[in-house]
Amino acid sequence: MSEQKTLKSGSRLEKILTEGHFAVTGELGPPKSADVEIIKKKAGYLKGVVDAVNITDNQTAIVRMSSMAAGLFALQAGLEPVVQITCRDRNRLAIQADVLGAQACGLRNILCLSGDHQRFGNHPGSKNVFDMDSIQLINMLKRMRDDKVFACGDEIRNTKKQPVVEPRPFIGAAANPFGDPFAFRVIRLAKKVKAGADFIQTQCIYDMERFKRWMTEVVNRGLHEQVYILAGITPLKSVRMAEYMRDKVAGLSVPDGLIERLEKAENPREEGEKIAVEQIQEIREIPGIAGVHIMAIEAEKSVAGLAEKAGLLPRPA
Amino acid sequence: MIVAERKPFEEIYECVKRHRKVLLLGCGTCVTVCMAGGEKEVNVLANQLALAARDRGDDVEVMEHTITRQCDDEFFDEATMKKVAEVDAVVSMGCGVGVQFCAAKFGDTAIYPGLNTKFYGATLEQGVWAERCAGCGECVLGDFGGVCPVARCSKSLLNGPCGGSADGKCEVDPENVDCAWQLIYDRMERLGRLEELEENRPMKDWSTNRDGGPRTVTREDVKL
Ligand code: SF4
Ligand code: SF4
Repeated sequence: MSEQKTLKSGSRLEKILTEGHFAVTGELGPPKSADVEIIKKKAGYLKGVVDAVNITDNQTAIVRMSSMAAGLFALQAGLEPVVQITCRDRNRLAIQADVLGAQACGLRNILCLSGDHQRFGNHPGSKNVFDMDSIQLINMLKRMRDDKVFACGDEIRNTKKQPVVEPRPFIGAAANPFGDPFAFRVIRLAKKVKAGADFIQTQCIYDMERFKRWMTEVVNRGLHEQVYILAGITPLKSVRMAEYMRDKVAGLSVPDGLIERLEKAENPREEGEKIAVEQIQEIREIPGIAGVHIMAIEAEKSVAGLAEKAGLLPRPA
Repeated sequence: MIVAERKPFEEIYECVKRHRKVLLLGCGTCVTVCMAGGEKEVNVLANQLALAARDRGDDVEVMEHTITRQCDDEFFDEATMKKVAEVDAVVSMGCGVGVQFCAAKFGDTAIYPGLNTKFYGATLEQGVWAERCAGCGECVLGDFGGVCPVARCSKSLLNGPCGGSADGKCEVDPENVDCAWQLIYDRMERLGRLEELEENRPMKDWSTNRDGGPRTVTREDVKL
C-alpha cells in the first residue's frame, strides 16, 4: 500500500501498518463486573507490548462491561483500543450511536463482528438482533466515515447549520480460514474488503497447512494489497485446552502433532509458548501477512514474554 | 404449514380445572398435519383430561369438536357455535391464529391455547418438522438458490457463512441444524451461480417484517 496515502483514521495501528511495520495486536476481555481495577491491571501487562488491543464485546455472549466503556479506560491506561462491535446485541440505531460516541471518546479502531450466538452465553433466553451482518456493518462504518452519512442517508451533522462531524474509525474485521465451506472463506474476505475493511484479524491458527492454502488464495486475488492481514495466535496452555479448541470450537482444527507435543512436554505451558513462538516465526515468512493478533484472554500477563521470545519487541513508537 | 406442539398436560389441566364444562376445539388444517391439534389429538387429550379429573376429584366435563379451519369465519358453523354456547371455556387446539380467532368470535367464553405455536415449516420425515420461513415480508429466496438465509441461518446472515459453519452444520446446534449457508453454497454451485454470492448485499429493510408492527394484507380487487 502506498506510504504517502493520507490516513483514514489517524489511529496508531493504522500508522504502524501504513509505515510497513509488522504489527502486533492483543486482546483484553472487559470484566464481568464494574471493576475498573482489572482493566488497569490487564492494560499494564499489555502496554508497550502490543500496538493496539481488542476490547471484546460481550464475548461468547457473556455479559461484561461494554467494550466502549472498557475501551475508554484502556485508552486512559495508555493503550490503543480496538473496540469490538457485534451485530448480536444492537440494531443500526444503537450501533451508529455508539460509533459516534467512540469517535468522541478518542476510540479510533473498530472491529466488526457478527457475534457468537447467545445460546452459548449466560443469557440463552435473550432475544438477538442481527439487524445486519458483519459485512453490512463494515460498510455502514465506511459510509459514515467516507461519505459522512448515516445508514439512512442523512448527513452526519447536528443541524443543517452546524458542521458535519463524522466518525473516522480504522475499520477492522475478522476472518476464519478454518470454517466451511472452505472455498467460500476467501470470498468472505473479498466481500469484507469490498465493504470497506482496512484490516483483518484471523481466527487463531493451529492448522498451518490450511492457513497457508487460504493465504495463497488471498494473495492470488491480490487481497493482501487491499487490506492488512493480522494472523491470529492463541498460545495453548495445556492438553485440555488444545482438545477443547479442537472439539468444542466450531470451525477450528488442532493438528494431532501439536497435541502430542503438549502431551510429551514436561511443562505444557512452556511448550505451548514455544509452539506459539514458532508459529509467529513461520507466519512472518508467509507472503501477505502484515502482523499478528495475539489472543490470550485471561492470560494477558503472558503476552509480554511471548512477544519478547518471538522477537516482536520493542514496539515502534 | 404452521407447525405447533401440544402444551404439557399439566399446563392445560391447570386451565381446564377452573371450569365445569370445557370444549376442546381441534383444527383440521396445519396442526392436523403436524399432529398437534387435529381430531385425533383432541380425542386423546379429552380422554386424558377426563381421566385426570376423575382421579383428582375435580368436577370437569370435557367435550370435543374439530372444525376444518379456525382462522376462517366460514367454518364456525351453527353446530360449532351451539357447542361453544354450552361450555364455560374453550381450549383451542389451533395455532395462535386460531386461538385468537376463537377469542374474537366466542365473546364471553374463556379461551385457552392448547398448543405452543412454533414456526412455518415442513415435514422432514414422520415426526420431524423444521422451520423454513420467518415471514419476513420480502422474499429473497430467488437470490439464494431457494434456501432461506433469514429463517434458516441462526444469525440471518445475508453475505455468507459465519466462522462457525463446520461440516455442513450450524454451530448453534450441530446435532440438529444444517448450516443454511452450506446449503446455499451447494445449491448455487449446482446452479452455476456461485459468483452471485460474491456480491455484497445491503442491509435488509425489516419494516416488512414484524419489526414494522403487526401487518395486514389488503387486496382491494377481491374485497367485497
Ligand atoms: S426470505 Fe422471508 S419470506 Fe422468503 S422464505 Fe425467507 S423469511 Fe420467508
Ligand atoms: S453456522 Fe451457518 S447457519 Fe449457523 S449461524 Fe453460522 S452461517 Fe448461519
